[in-house]
Amino acid sequence: MATQHSRSAARLMMAPAVILLLGWMLVPLTMTLYFSFKKYLPLRGDSLANGLEWVGFENYVRFVSSSSFWPSIQTTLIIVGGVLFITVILGILLAILLDQPMWGQGVVRILVIAPFFVMPTVSALVWKNIFMDPVNGLLAHLWKFFGAEPVQWLSQASLPSIIMIVSWQWLPFATLILLTAIQSLDSEQLEAAEMDGAPVLKRFWFIVLPHLSRAITIVILIQTIFLLSIFAEIFVTTAGAFGTKTLTYLIFQRVLESQNVGLGSAGGVYAIILANIVAIFLMRIVGKNLDA
Amino acid sequence: MGTITLSKVTKSFGEVQVIPPLDLTIDDGEFVVFVGPSGCGKSTLLRLIAGLEDVTSGTVKIDGVDATTLPPAKRGLAMVFQSYALYPHMSVRKNIAFPLKMAGMEPAEAEKRIAGAAKVLNLTDYLDRKPGQLSGGQRQRVAIGRAIVREPSAFLFDEPLSNLDAALRVNMRLEISELHQTLKTTMVYVTHDQVEAMTMADKIVVLHAGVIEQVGSPLELYNNPRNKFVAGFIGSPKMNFIEGEIATKHNAATIGIRPEHISLSTKSGDWEGVVGVSEHLGSDTFFHVKTKAAGLLNVRASGEVSARHGHKVFLTPDTSKIHRFDKAGNAL
Ligand SMILES: Nc1ncnc2c1ncn2[C@@H]1O[C@H](COP(=O)(O)OP(=O)(O)OP(=O)(O)O)[C@@H](O)[C@H]1O
Ligand SMILES: [Mg+2]
Repeated sequence: MATQHSRSAARLMMAPAVILLLGWMLVPLTMTLYFSFKKYLPLRGDSLANGLEWVGFENYVRFVSSSSFWPSIQTTLIIVGGVLFITVILGILLAILLDQPMWGQGVVRILVIAPFFVMPTVSALVWKNIFMDPVNGLLAHLWKFFGAEPVQWLSQASLPSIIMIVSWQWLPFATLILLTAIQSLDSEQLEAAEMDGAPVLKRFWFIVLPHLSRAITIVILIQTIFLLSIFAEIFVTTAGAFGTKTLTYLIFQRVLESQNVGLGSAGGVYAIILANIVAIFLMRIVGKNLDA
Repeated sequence: MGTITLSKVTKSFGEVQVIPPLDLTIDDGEFVVFVGPSGCGKSTLLRLIAGLEDVTSGTVKIDGVDATTLPPAKRGLAMVFQSYALYPHMSVRKNIAFPLKMAGMEPAEAEKRIAGAAKVLNLTDYLDRKPGQLSGGQRQRVAIGRAIVREPSAFLFDEPLSNLDAALRVNMRLEISELHQTLKTTMVYVTHDQVEAMTMADKIVVLHAGVIEQVGSPLELYNNPRNKFVAGFIGSPKMNFIEGEIATKHNAATIGIRPEHISLSTKSGDWEGVVGVSEHLGSDTFFHVKTKAAGLLNVRASGEVSARHGHKVFLTPDTSKIHRFDKAGNAL
């Protein structure tokens, strides 16, 4: 796209897509902002047709001063952080493992990727009923087999359980990206390091890990975007009980359980702000890996 | 110290034997060049010496010590790879320092050695750059720098100049030769370019399909090639091979005569022919001459010669410089 002409042609042709995307984003955003300044309780007879009462920042103040607000932020960050930690570390290990020549490599790779194709709701249900059920779950049987008291996973260790479920879903993604990155490492570099006297662990630390830094950055950025909004996994397992209420879940409760659209919208705006803070923060720490 | 001895070394990849049993001794301080066509096992042989590949059978001795099962790091050798294999995320300084750091050398001593290597290789101004910001020749020098700081007992080079342009290649060739003069360390150098081999080597090892065809000094190989393969491989342009009646007259299945050992005249000579393509290099001229008696011959004439395309010329071989080969291609 070098010439003036081709540039404007390109702009013209891209316009429909850009306008559609902009509308897609702007309409809900404006509505959320609009509702967040209104009192809107459908069950109490508020409706768009009758006109909504302007309440200024009251919804924002109420959302923050609710006793569930800060814990929900904390929960969100713990889940995101925990899942990132587990998927990146295990992802690197699995990627290295899958990169080794072994028998049945193709099949193993497909198996590793499989969880990514399972819908969140389904995978959460599978974990809840087949693995974590305190009476009939496989884990309960395992514990009993070793003579231990079965763990009530979703009530006693609710956050770790959810982190485990979500990690299981996202591990394939991390592994896949990291595997392709590992495969792109020039084997002569590793051999040179070997000749230079670096044993396996040092080769990993000084050669492989720096090579992976860009891929790790991408994994972290993409996963964070999706993890901030996980919902189904919480909905079908604990329904927000036992300290698993994330910001997303809190908003859902405010809008649908308490039928307070205004309050929920204010929460939505906070969620946008949180996402941006996390994004800026991440960009600062890891974003510099992307240039160069 | 840097003697390397291979005895009865073989290497197979699965079913395929790439190196049949092979014996070779490399003396301390020697500049040895492995040369041969693509795929003949030069890199494999070098990697066997380096320890990057395990030998299938046989022994590798370095300085008289059996190193067959030693890991690469313990062999005290340094290698320069064809792709340079620099660490892209480290600065030039860190790249060169890496082997020293792995050896746990004190920073002050390491810094001294890096500065020394950088000076020898003209890298002082580039120490803080990343490899991506260097030219091909500079990268090559960094790779060599990384090898020399360790003060290894021998250097292994795998086609280190093949990624450089022609002019730079000639320069680097000289630099490596000079480096060998100063360090006096054993160097094993792989190339498929026989000019590199002839100009740099103390000893050339000609490989063909994993087999050593001949070992010797450049002039030995040039003057007394042991067989047709070596005769054809060493020397540029290639030796002319003539079969048939002329060969029979010399009691051989094939005779070989180098382009520089045939004299060309426009008046009289042994073989009459017609000039085809002529290549004028200024100092020399190469003629492709179609002769009735001996087929297509490549002839070298010093300086400018007035023969042109389509001219009739006469060729006379220098009979003392004729190489004779039997049916199997071995020299008689
Ligand atoms: N890892 C491997 N697995 C199977 N075969 C291999 C392997 N490495 C090399 N070979 C085979 O061994 C033979 C020698 O290879 P090698 O790389 O030593 O050739 P080379 O002389 O260095 O050639 P070039 O000049 O092209 O670099 C080739 O036929 C190649 O196909
Ligand atoms: Mg090679």
